[in-house]
Amino acid sequence: MIKTNNNPDIAIQCDAVHKKYKETTALNGVSFSVARGEIFGIIGPDGAGKTTLFRILTTLILADSGTASVDGYNVVNEYKEIRKRVGYMPGRFSLYQDLTVEENLNFFATVFNTTIAENYDLIKDIYQQIEPFKNRRAGKLSGGMKQKLALSCALIHKPSVLFLDEPTTGVDPVSRKEFWGMLKNLKAQGITILVSTPYMDEASLCDRIALIQNGEFLTIDTPKNIVSQYSNKLWAAESDNMHQLLIDLRANEITKNCFAFGDKIHISSPLNPPKGDLKTLDIDKTIRDLINNGHKNVVIQKIEPTIEDCFMQLSQR
Amino acid sequence: MEKVIQHNPDLVIIAENLTKRFGRFTAVDHISFEVKEGEIFGFLGANGAGKTTAMRMLSGLSIPTSGKGIVAGYDIGTQTELVKKNIGYMSQKFSLYDDLKVWENIELFGGIYGMKDAEIKEKTDKLMQLLDFENERNKLVGSLPLGFKQKLAFSVSIFHNPKVVFLDEPTGGVDPITRRQFWELIYDAASRGITIFVTTHYMDEAEYCDRVSIMVDGKIESLDTPKNLKKQFNVNNMDEVFQHLARKSTRKSD
Repeated sequence: MIKTNNNPDIAIQCDAVHKKYKETTALNGVSFSVARGEIFGIIGPDGAGKTTLFRILTTLILADSGTASVDGYNVVNEYKEIRKRVGYMPGRFSLYQDLTVEENLNFFATVFNTTIAENYDLIKDIYQQIEPFKNRRAGKLSGGMKQKLALSCALIHKPSVLFLDEPTTGVDPVSRKEFWGMLKNLKAQGITILVSTPYMDEASLCDRIALIQNGEFLTIDTPKNIVSQYSNKLWAAESDNMHQLLIDLRANEITKNCFAFGDKIHISSPLNPPKGDLKTLDIDKTIRDLINNGHKNVVIQKIEPTIEDCFMQLSQR
Repeated sequence: MEKVIQHNPDLVIIAENLTKRFGRFTAVDHISFEVKEGEIFGFLGANGAGKTTAMRMLSGLSIPTSGKGIVAGYDIGTQTELVKKNIGYMSQKFSLYDDLKVWENIELFGGIYGMKDAEIKEKTDKLMQLLDFENERNKLVGSLPLGFKQKLAFSVSIFHNPKVVFLDEPTGGVDPITRRQFWELIYDAASRGITIFVTTHYMDEAEYCDRVSIMVDGKIESLDTPKNLKKQFNVNNMDEVFQHLARKSTRKSD
């Protein structure tokens, strides 16, 4: 079999991929490549095109145009090779609810012509946590345990590339942290991971990320570089009455580009400054105005952006 | 010995030793709290801590095994239909009918809650303006982006002017800007006196609540303002508070 992509360091290659469903453009020319052994995050809201991208790369649907390869094989004419060597954990739990934990795992091992014993090392850390419940039906597991079983099943044939579509959506912050710990261990074993998430705070756990919205990548880079490329100035504001503070900041032409961020309000310099020389915020004056408006304990300070600030800036362009 | 609950009109939710057992499993274990009118109350907990079961009891969908609860002035054990009439509910999973138009959804839900046609029409016009939705009025809900849908779903859930609205992970998967606009709608509703009872997995959103409770293994482990909770655990944000408390969990099942 001739490989489409001969660069052994590239695990996923995607060039100008388009996909439309009737009138809706799901992917509008997506290009990127993932290096072998990388954790690559596709980060964006629901409806951005994440699942469509995953389904094209796992050879479940065809792109309208563009080319893509996984592990060197073309997603169209070499799909059988791809299916042998990728693991896929779809967004929706898709194991057999009426089979037990062990039966599910056995089933997937058998489909791939292997056994649980053969690749037990790879799944050991994850599977051990649910092994005490191996005779329980999958449908009766808790959310966290389902997730671990699904990951074990996606790994049982020792894939070279692992596709995880929103594995942490709806998962509480503690379990999310645990899950990312597992991914780190898998990376250490040389598995390439493409993972999608709507949670911006998970970006820093990836080697590189693509921010996606409306079927297009807003940017592709390391989380650190994306943050360093943030072009606006950014301040964090707080006072004793945060809701009123947001209303007052919004009412001012200079500070109106502001959003709540946890216990602070982030103010970014205006996208279209009303006057040429008002590009930066006069902090002292803003604070004075707020105090005059009755705010107490006003603090405004310059801060470094988070990935979420970057996403918001890029998506407003 | 059960206390007699005072019907203090300022309290929109009162839970006293609220408990739900399924067989030998205690999903919700003697939780007690009160929520005031117009308060934004964050109801946090790990998956499987018992949040959904508690919410189902408070919204009249499940009868408590023991304990007592008053929601919007009605007893959740004996007056479930009155409870349901006086609350709103919205979740990420169930919100609106995709194959009905925007105005049709509003009319349907307004009608279900017994609103008069004229009132529905007048409020629909106002709502379309407020949400800047004039152009979407005649579109099928299924064709709208998720962020639009969620904002509309929230507005519909408070359309009949309930005393309290239950929001079950309303912002899951929503883009960062819409997520914040959604919270501005919440603030606005609260300032009009509607009590907000909300669950979320976004810890930055926990900061927007007036008070937050954190459930661990069926019990309320902590309940206070975000500020006080951070102080109590000597940490910088609600994520750390949550990590600190939820790690105590020994429960293994949802």
